[in-house]
Amino acid sequence: MAERSTERRKSIKKPEVGILQLRSVTLNTLRAMRRDPGSFLGFAIVAVVILAALLAPLLPLDDPTELDLKRKLLSPSTEHLLGTDHLGRDELSRLVFGARTTLLMSAASLVIIMTMASVVGGLSGYYGGWVDSGMMLVVDLLLAFPALILGVAVAGILGPSLINVMIAVSVVWWASHARVIRGMVLSARRREYVEAARAIGASDTRIVVFHISRNIVGPFVVLATLDMGWIILGIAGLSFLGLGAQPPTPEWGAMLNTSRSYMQTSPLLLLAPGVAIFLLVLGFNLLGDGIRDLLDPTTYR
Amino acid sequence: MTLPLLLLAISIITFMLLNFAPGDAAEITLRRQNGGITPSREAVAELRQELGLNDSLPVRYGRWVSNAVRGDLGESYRSGGSIATELFRRLPATLLLAATALALAVATGIPLGVMAAVKRGTWVDTACRLLALVGAAVPSYVLAPALMLLFAVYLDWLPAIGYGSPKTLILPAVALSFGTMAQLMRLTRASLLEVLGHDYMRTARAKGLSDSVVVWRHGLKNALLPVVTVLGTSMGYLLGGAVIIETIFGWPGIGQFVVTGISQRDYPVVQGFVLYVAILFSLVNLAVDFTYRWLDPKIHFGGTFN
Repeated sequence: MAERSTERRKSIKKPEVGILQLRSVTLNTLRAMRRDPGSFLGFAIVAVVILAALLAPLLPLDDPTELDLKRKLLSPSTEHLLGTDHLGRDELSRLVFGARTTLLMSAASLVIIMTMASVVGGLSGYYGGWVDSGMMLVVDLLLAFPALILGVAVAGILGPSLINVMIAVSVVWWASHARVIRGMVLSARRREYVEAARAIGASDTRIVVFHISRNIVGPFVVLATLDMGWIILGIAGLSFLGLGAQPPTPEWGAMLNTSRSYMQTSPLLLLAPGVAIFLLVLGFNLLGDGIRDLLDPTTYR
Repeated sequence: MTLPLLLLAISIITFMLLNFAPGDAAEITLRRQNGGITPSREAVAELRQELGLNDSLPVRYGRWVSNAVRGDLGESYRSGGSIATELFRRLPATLLLAATALALAVATGIPLGVMAAVKRGTWVDTACRLLALVGAAVPSYVLAPALMLLFAVYLDWLPAIGYGSPKTLILPAVALSFGTMAQLMRLTRASLLEVLGHDYMRTARAKGLSDSVVVWRHGLKNALLPVVTVLGTSMGYLLGGAVIIETIFGWPGIGQFVVTGISQRDYPVVQGFVLYVAILFSLVNLAVDFTYRWLDPKIHFGGTFN
């Protein structure tokens, strides 16, 4: 009898939550990813670009903003692996430092977008009623505009700068996610564990922060990862139109735009940032797909 | 949301856009008329009064809307010309480009998606899956210069820029349609695969219908509903993409107009453009809603089932 009760207690023992568990989850994720070549490739691309961006100042590269008209539009050589641009700046160095701009801006936009979407979607889904109707009205209004058009307009009116492009992308993008998160919260709210939490006297804040958010974190992460690709495309696109990064800041979209004029003589200047944008977006998309499949085994492949 | 409410909302947001823009309309207008000389403070104050810029926000909004409804979107800060006239003059070029791109995407994306679904698991399917991945990751502003480089600079088959002949339409339309094509293909494949598993497909086959009739008539018709759903969004995406594509190819549409407007801080142009496109976008979505009703008799607007 005594034996059985300890056994039972053991079996319902709370699982250890902590760094160790988090690490093992991450390791399991990586292990599972190795079985899926697509998402592993995505992970590898993203990891390489992030590493390059982090280590850029330590790498043996020229100053990405140093002008030298004597060496403009050089072909690739051992000294300049991808040649130099129209102002004599090392293209490889601009590409690597451009990764910093792109990643930093996209990550910051992602944080803004997900925060706004969580707050609005969470309040809407949890409280319902007029809070919900009011907030969803705003969301519907924003969704009535084609995203890129509104983005161009907001960035155009605020004036060209990196910060304004981030604002424009965030303003345009948060609304559709707020809708998705609202749906997730709405369905989570009716579950028994929420009722149970409320029965033992947990406050609304506690229920949302400790119970509901923990149960929707999976789809949330998938949403965020798949989003990085779109955000990168949006930011580079606005920069391409001259609304984002201003000279001499290296940024892929802006580099693509300036190099169009030298297309005939130096096609590499055009291809390099183009391929970089393509690979990074592909990497995030593959990674997002992989994580989604991992978290949701029923997803159709 | 109903169309009138939507139009009201669009107009409010668009009106607010200009309200956030820096610079004083009266001062900018006077500066243009005087040939760049800074106008006196009295003259600015007088014109502000005359233009009604000192009125309250709702009054200014009401005036702006009633002008807009009558087709007056104000004057360009730079040229002083009517914005509505210019937008209207340029609209056909943009519509031609966006519609060609949409047609191209539908004409290639849907058949490819059907092929991938029917030949599931074969190399055709794999190739289509790769194409879908590439399509989602290659933006039009990367594809367009690349196509230009290949077909205009190296091969010299097509003109790089220009407007007028059918030849000049090919590169911009292909560059614009690629992403949408990939999206439609992926969607058609997934949707058709789901439909192919239904009982009525087995019944159709059992009746002795040929494979192609089963797939194209019975299968595709039922699989198209989700595809039609995204066509409205696709059109919005294409109109947005047209802004970039027109700039690259020197295409004289409304996208090129707005990009020039932005670089010259010509805010009323931006405002007029956003209003135009948003209304166009909601009309397209309305058309999509009606297509639904035709495709799926189960959908009834107004709520009651009969």
